[in-house]
Amino acid sequence: MKVFAKVALGAVVATGFAGVAAAGTLDDVRAKGHVQCGVSQGLPGFSNTDDKGNWTGIDVDLCRAVAAAVFGDASKVKFTPLSAKERFTALQSGEVDLLSRNTTWTMSRDTALGLNFAGVNYYDGQGFMVRKSLGVKSALELAGAAVCTNTGTTTELNVADYFRANKLEYKVVAFEKADEVVQAYDAGRCDVYTTDRSGLAAQRLKLTAPDEHMVLPEIISKEPLGPVVRQGDDQWFNVVKWTHYAMVNAEEMGITKANVDEMKASDDPSIKRVLGTEGEFGTAIGLSNDWAYNIIKQVGNYGEVYEATVGPNTPLGLARGSNALWSQGGLQYAPPIR
Amino acid sequence: MAARDDSRIDDDAPAKASLFYDPRFRSIVAQVVLLLLVVWGGYEIVRNTSANLEKQQIASGFGFLDRTAGFGIIQTLVDYTEESSYGRTFIVGLLNTILISALGILLATALGFVVGVARLSSNWVISRIALAYVEIMRNIPLLLHIFIWYFAVLRSLPQPRDEPITLIPGFAFLNVKGVFMPQLVSEPGFWMTATALGVALVLSMLVANWSRKRQEATGQQFPVGLTALGLIIALPAITFLATGRPASLEYPVFVETGPVLRRGFTQDVGINVIPEFISLLLALSTYTAAYIAEIVRAGIQAVNHGQTEASFSLGLRRGPTLRLVVIPQAMRVIIPPMTNQYLNLTKNSSLATAIAYPDLVSVFAGTTLNQTGQAVEIILMTMGVYLTLSISISIVMNWYNARIALVER
Amino acid sequence: MSKLGVGIAQPYVRDAFVPPTAPPVLERGFLAWARKNLFSSISNTILTLVGIYLTYALVWPIIQFGIIDAVWSGTNADCRENGHGACWPMVQAKLGQYIYGRYPGDERWRVDIVFYSGLALLIPFLIPFVPFKRLNAILLLGVYPLVAFVLLTGGNLRIGGMFGDLMGLGGVMGFVGDWSIMIAVIAGLLLAFGRVAGLAMLVPTIVVAAILAIIGLAVVVAGIDFGLEQVETALWGGLLVTLVIAITGIVASLPLGILLALGRRSDMPIIKTFCVGFIEFWRGVPLITVLFMSSVMFPLFLPEGVTVNKLLRALVGVALFSSAYMAEVVRGGLQAIPKGQYEGAQAVGLSYWQMMGLIVLPQALKHVIPGIVNSFIALFKDTTLVLIIGLFDLLGIIQLSFTDASWASTVQSHTGYLFAAIIFWAFCFSMSQYSYYIERTLHTGHKR
Repeated sequence: MKVFAKVALGAVVATGFAGVAAAGTLDDVRAKGHVQCGVSQGLPGFSNTDDKGNWTGIDVDLCRAVAAAVFGDASKVKFTPLSAKERFTALQSGEVDLLSRNTTWTMSRDTALGLNFAGVNYYDGQGFMVRKSLGVKSALELAGAAVCTNTGTTTELNVADYFRANKLEYKVVAFEKADEVVQAYDAGRCDVYTTDRSGLAAQRLKLTAPDEHMVLPEIISKEPLGPVVRQGDDQWFNVVKWTHYAMVNAEEMGITKANVDEMKASDDPSIKRVLGTEGEFGTAIGLSNDWAYNIIKQVGNYGEVYEATVGPNTPLGLARGSNALWSQGGLQYAPPIR
Repeated sequence: MAARDDSRIDDDAPAKASLFYDPRFRSIVAQVVLLLLVVWGGYEIVRNTSANLEKQQIASGFGFLDRTAGFGIIQTLVDYTEESSYGRTFIVGLLNTILISALGILLATALGFVVGVARLSSNWVISRIALAYVEIMRNIPLLLHIFIWYFAVLRSLPQPRDEPITLIPGFAFLNVKGVFMPQLVSEPGFWMTATALGVALVLSMLVANWSRKRQEATGQQFPVGLTALGLIIALPAITFLATGRPASLEYPVFVETGPVLRRGFTQDVGINVIPEFISLLLALSTYTAAYIAEIVRAGIQAVNHGQTEASFSLGLRRGPTLRLVVIPQAMRVIIPPMTNQYLNLTKNSSLATAIAYPDLVSVFAGTTLNQTGQAVEIILMTMGVYLTLSISISIVMNWYNARIALVER
Repeated sequence: MSKLGVGIAQPYVRDAFVPPTAPPVLERGFLAWARKNLFSSISNTILTLVGIYLTYALVWPIIQFGIIDAVWSGTNADCRENGHGACWPMVQAKLGQYIYGRYPGDERWRVDIVFYSGLALLIPFLIPFVPFKRLNAILLLGVYPLVAFVLLTGGNLRIGGMFGDLMGLGGVMGFVGDWSIMIAVIAGLLLAFGRVAGLAMLVPTIVVAAILAIIGLAVVVAGIDFGLEQVETALWGGLLVTLVIAITGIVASLPLGILLALGRRSDMPIIKTFCVGFIEFWRGVPLITVLFMSSVMFPLFLPEGVTVNKLLRALVGVALFSSAYMAEVVRGGLQAIPKGQYEGAQAVGLSYWQMMGLIVLPQALKHVIPGIVNSFIALFKDTTLVLIIGLFDLLGIIQLSFTDASWASTVQSHTGYLFAAIIFWAFCFSMSQYSYYIERTLHTGHKR
């Protein structure tokens, strides 16, 4: 009967059903030939499409890096754009293998939702954007403001907490989608737009006159954003986690997309370990030994990706800040590969 | 064939065959199969859901309703703060839904009647305008109506700190943050005025009843409308003055100097009708009015022309003919499809979630769902509410329909 | 007096009619028409003037914005500079996105083929007097969906089978193996049942086996690798998604609606209760909650490890929702069929399904074609709601394009919404006109 059910299911809705076999995610990914990656529906710098449907962004590049590590080919990745509301369900149900969608690492998500956060690829915090014409210099002057934000995220709660804690009255206008928030803020419905500061920088580009707006200095929350995988599959968890760490380590050692081939001849044992010319670190997590080489060759190290997607020379213009390497006063710190 | 006959030669084969062809037997089999399928499907869903919830460690049950919500809501008809519970957000959302639906139904009905009658106007310009209205409104998706009313119109309104548009001089103003109106602030003793209003309403109904009975018995008419109007205005007014004017209007305050954020209309002074509410209300009522107009037109056209002619020949003028002869008969045709439109409007109010009007879907099935993750309970509660609203409207309209239905003699 | 004239030759008889005098100036032409229809009384005159003013006040700004002040060619700089007229270059630049969504640029020809072949099949189907309706219907409802599916998704489904795989057949062949086994088993069971119950089951068995074989064939075609690149539904968008949802919704809801309507009029209590409950449930809840359910709740209903594509989930939700409305439309048609038709059919010994399929439904459906078209219009408009659950239909993709910084200007959203309104209006208006046309064409047979 089970056979019949399986066949019948396959026949009736042949396209939609995609079974996730009980085997590990890595094996599944190998079997289907690509990494299915959940990303946001359009956040410049993090994950966004151009008119032709090509994806770019720091979150997207992490997905590419995972594909490079698994297949040696960064193009073997497919993207599923997800709303804030759907993202965890999509990951839990196996619709995506990996969620790389500027998702804040919180305790409840880590423990109660059956998820694992595989590192932090962007350290962020919630901020406020206002019109320069308001002449406001600090968030503490925002008493009486109308605040635009979107539902389904931690921001809505943070802003309520902040205004209550500082005894400021406010009105919150909460939209379902980020684009609607931007439109409403741009139309003047709200005095303040609040979301993660990286998001503010990205959404600011969408305003009619970006130069007339400014981001206030206050950061009212910690928002460590990172890739998420399902709990209970340590192998896949390791692959994703170490993909990120390999990129950070590469930056620390000065291995870049351009010089990775020369570096392969390096005598430095730690570089040799990263690039797989010494040791068996790749095979230990079920990948090939040149996994990190492929990541760096095809996607780049963490710093390169940062500069290309959200860095000071991109439209977003975000300084490295907390996302600088630990050695340069930032928080990006990767355990050594050895 | 022969083989079968041989093996079953002394069996009751014909009875079996006839049992198979027996419609009663067949219908029982079909129903049992359906029942089994439904029960099996339900069981599978419940089993899978509970297994998934357990695996993903999502809490279940309705305990979340008592937990603190922690987020703000822009329009609340009952007391609500960030410390209120999720259960409270449910009430807030529900009341907002009921508010927008009720006002939407009133506005749509009024506008729909006007447009529907205009469609039949002998004036060419007026009937063409009505036709164009119907054809344009009906053929554009409601969601697009809402976006146009909200985002496109919002962009054209004055900024909060600029000179507002005056809707009613000295009374109602409009800018991008919505309409600002005076609020009635009651003082102790105002309850007497409210009671007087209630008494006046009851008295008017009694008068109407009495006059109808008298007219049926004697044919004499009584100016019910004027009496009722007089009662409803005079009685509360006299009470209000007699008790020493225990209420006042709180006018919106427009500040032009001081800190920038404090300029514009001061918050929480007077009534601020938020633009989300206004645009949703306008979109819902203008869209539904197009459908109601067609229903009204069809209803009036369904009344035989002989009725009008008979009424004219009895000496009734155009007004009373419409009011006493045509409309009452048209109502019988109008009410059932109108009920559907009322139901649609109520359900369509859920599109509020697209423009941040805090209705039930937006606040409860939106924010609360996101914060608690308890999709099953919340979606079921939300659907339950809409089912209840739908059924209630149906019951009220069916009762009204039965009341005005043609009584065959 | 009259007698006097008898016998006397008539002095003068006019042999031609007097040429009619033209009516007075005020009684003819535009003036008379205007006087009669526009200015017949003082109140009427006021109404006319108010009406003309209203039209002017409402329509003129739109014409001014959309045509007179609009920027017709150029770049965003021109639009920004203009600042108060529609920015049509934005629509031109984004048109590809509006039609295909994020569908990869190199593969868009596939969508074009689907659009054009659909039109080529649909137009003759919709015109009543074009012949070959049966062939047309088979192509449109049977072959076309499969071709469209393969072209749009890229086909090459990962299908396989258990027994087939055990026999060493992989992929599509594995499925063929399994499916043949299943057909054989079902046919055998039916024949055996017929033998036990003493019924001639050969014909029904062949029918069932043929239907299963056709379904299997369809799946196999979808599973063949035609060398097309796979395009995920997540990348679909714009008009493509609008049409896919609307058309799939209507095609799926029609048979479901008919079954539900028949069930609702059935005299079997359980079936009737089920159908009434089903219909009233879906009609009582807003579509948006149905879509929410499909997007956040539906995955929980499925067994662990089984996932269903997001677009498909929305499609299921939309189809169930519209089938309830369709059922009510069909029920209206069924109620219009006089009892004599049922009794006549039963009297000549037709079974229930023969009676319904040959006598009642053809008449009933003919009655309700306008209702079906109206449901389709409603569904077409309702597809916009999927943007709330994060699918990008036409309206969704237009809204998404407002946030493109390279076209940012104060008129960006006004232009986009105006464009969306024109497109939706054109589609819905032509459908409603078609419904009037078909109503007139079909009703000739019923006029007395």
